[in-house]
Amino acid sequence: MKKTLVFLTVLLSCALLLTGCGGNDDQEVVNVYNWGENIDESIFDDFEEQTGIKVNYKVYESNEQLYSVLKQGGVNYDVIIPSDYMISRMIEEDMLEKIDMKNVPNLSKIDPQYLNAEFDPAQEYSVPYTWGVVGIIYNSTMVDEPITSWKVMFDEKYAGQILQFDNSRDALATALFTLGYSVNTTDESQLQEAFDLLVEQKDILQSYVMDQIFDKLESGEAAIGAYYAGDALTMMDINPDLRFCVPEEGSNFFIDAMCIPKGAANKANAEAFINFMCETDICLRNMDVTGYATPSAEAYAELDEETRSNEVLFPSKEVLRNCETYINLPTETLELYNQFWTKLKS
Amino acid sequence: MKKNKLGVLPAVPYIVWMAIFVVVPLILVVFYAFTNEAGGFTLANFSQMGSYTKVFARSFSLSAVATAICLLIGYPIAYVLSKETPMFQRVAMMLIMLPMWINFLLRTYAWMSILENTGLLNTLFDKIGLFDLINWIGLHLASDPGKYVPIEHFNMINTQGAVVLGMVYNYLPFMIMPIHSVIVKIDRSMLEAARDLGADSKTTFRKVIFPLSLPGVLSGVTMVFVPSVSTFILSRLLGGGTTMLLGDLIEMQFMGGAYNPHLGSAISLIMMLVVMVCMSIMNHFGDGEDTAVML
Repeated sequence: MKKTLVFLTVLLSCALLLTGCGGNDDQEVVNVYNWGENIDESIFDDFEEQTGIKVNYKVYESNEQLYSVLKQGGVNYDVIIPSDYMISRMIEEDMLEKIDMKNVPNLSKIDPQYLNAEFDPAQEYSVPYTWGVVGIIYNSTMVDEPITSWKVMFDEKYAGQILQFDNSRDALATALFTLGYSVNTTDESQLQEAFDLLVEQKDILQSYVMDQIFDKLESGEAAIGAYYAGDALTMMDINPDLRFCVPEEGSNFFIDAMCIPKGAANKANAEAFINFMCETDICLRNMDVTGYATPSAEAYAELDEETRSNEVLFPSKEVLRNCETYINLPTETLELYNQFWTKLKS
Repeated sequence: MKKNKLGVLPAVPYIVWMAIFVVVPLILVVFYAFTNEAGGFTLANFSQMGSYTKVFARSFSLSAVATAICLLIGYPIAYVLSKETPMFQRVAMMLIMLPMWINFLLRTYAWMSILENTGLLNTLFDKIGLFDLINWIGLHLASDPGKYVPIEHFNMINTQGAVVLGMVYNYLPFMIMPIHSVIVKIDRSMLEAARDLGADSKTTFRKVIFPLSLPGVLSGVTMVFVPSVSTFILSRLLGGGTTMLLGDLIEMQFMGGAYNPHLGSAISLIMMLVVMVCMSIMNHFGDGEDTAVML
């Protein structure tokens, strides 16, 4: 009953959207739902040329938003690109379709070190798309010391100049790292401490941002912000004063991987698209635009020495050893995250 | 009244529309608000409401301020416009509506780059030497010049003021339109009668035009206040996400970081109730002409 109700509302409220997606009936399509600024959109034409499948493309802002949208149902995405912890949550909640890897032969091009990770041990549900670390991006002309620690995010000296993540997991992680706790802690008192730190931080923040961070750091509107390495590179291209640092307390190492949500209408097309995305030249083109490191071993082999030695793109082993991957949290902890987040933002 | 041959038939599309897009969603909101994740009945969603009092208060007060400003700006414009030639009025109305042809989000993004510390306005002020002037005056007035902190920009973005500005900018046309359309329809003979009876133009406005335009004011106020209360994204873009409004709080429960449609529905329900109470109080005031004259 409840499911029908949900389906009905969403169907109704999205009626317009859906008709928009439907389009031409005979045309094969694949509906891709991806992070903002996370792909070279010109590859869609190549894909359509090769396979005759048209790509409908939409973007989301955060893993949590993606989760909410899928959970409400009534949408028809065929390929989504969540991060590690969200993939394991979705697997746990039976929201993903197993990918038929026979249809994704290019999986063999992926470097095995990114395969069979904790979130998808049997590599049944996901195909890695990008990986990277979280760090602090700062404008070297607006700070008067080298930035090495998460503490700077909570430093009153930079009041009004700091940008914080607008999603619960990443924001709490900055506080947990600062306090020296694990980002996967389920200890309520540690989380409470981190939350208190964020409440204090709110007074000195310029704003909570996701992709608005691009404008704000590029234009020098803000001095310091935590974000993902790939986007840092994009911003540094535009404003050469920007620097990226992986703080000494450690940071988050993430893998974003392509998945197929349960009930995808065009599963075969989705698999074709995922396979296409693993083509070496496509990996390179995407990497060029997004600034995120590719997990493809073949693509890596094609890179020049300068790119390979780029510490933002490919952090050293030492840096990576200090990094922690998010894992999915138990329901109680997730609820605590939600409560904290709602309280913090209100 | 003449009886329509078709009966209620012409109303059917509207009724169907309302049923599907208003009544069904409302039922769902109520259903969700009183249930928990497992689908059982609960009041827990409402018992949490106390912790969001601040958001409620902020939303309603900011919207009230925005509505008042819209009225202060919108009424004179509507009034002055109504005295112009029909041609002029048509062009003016089109100009007022023109910004609405651009997407709401884009317009708000534009305001972001206007208001930012390194934005258009601050750059302009800087270029014309406004900050130098202020700092020069400040330095001379300061009791301890050594401690004087020169200003480099006005802090406009990420403030509540910016959010109010966003509301006023986006919803002003909704204030002007209804007031204007009511004022133009006021019977000229009423004004002539008032003048015949010796009323000067001030009295005519106070005793005749303004009371007669009240229905327009009321619908203008409603059309600005209601969307302002429930607006989202404005506070995220112009308020920096640190001055959360009800719309953002609700959006967050459905689409954002904290997925909890049950809590979201409960908040929506309470918001609807408060808005309805506000509106009924307003309408009540609007009924008495005396109150209006007192204004």
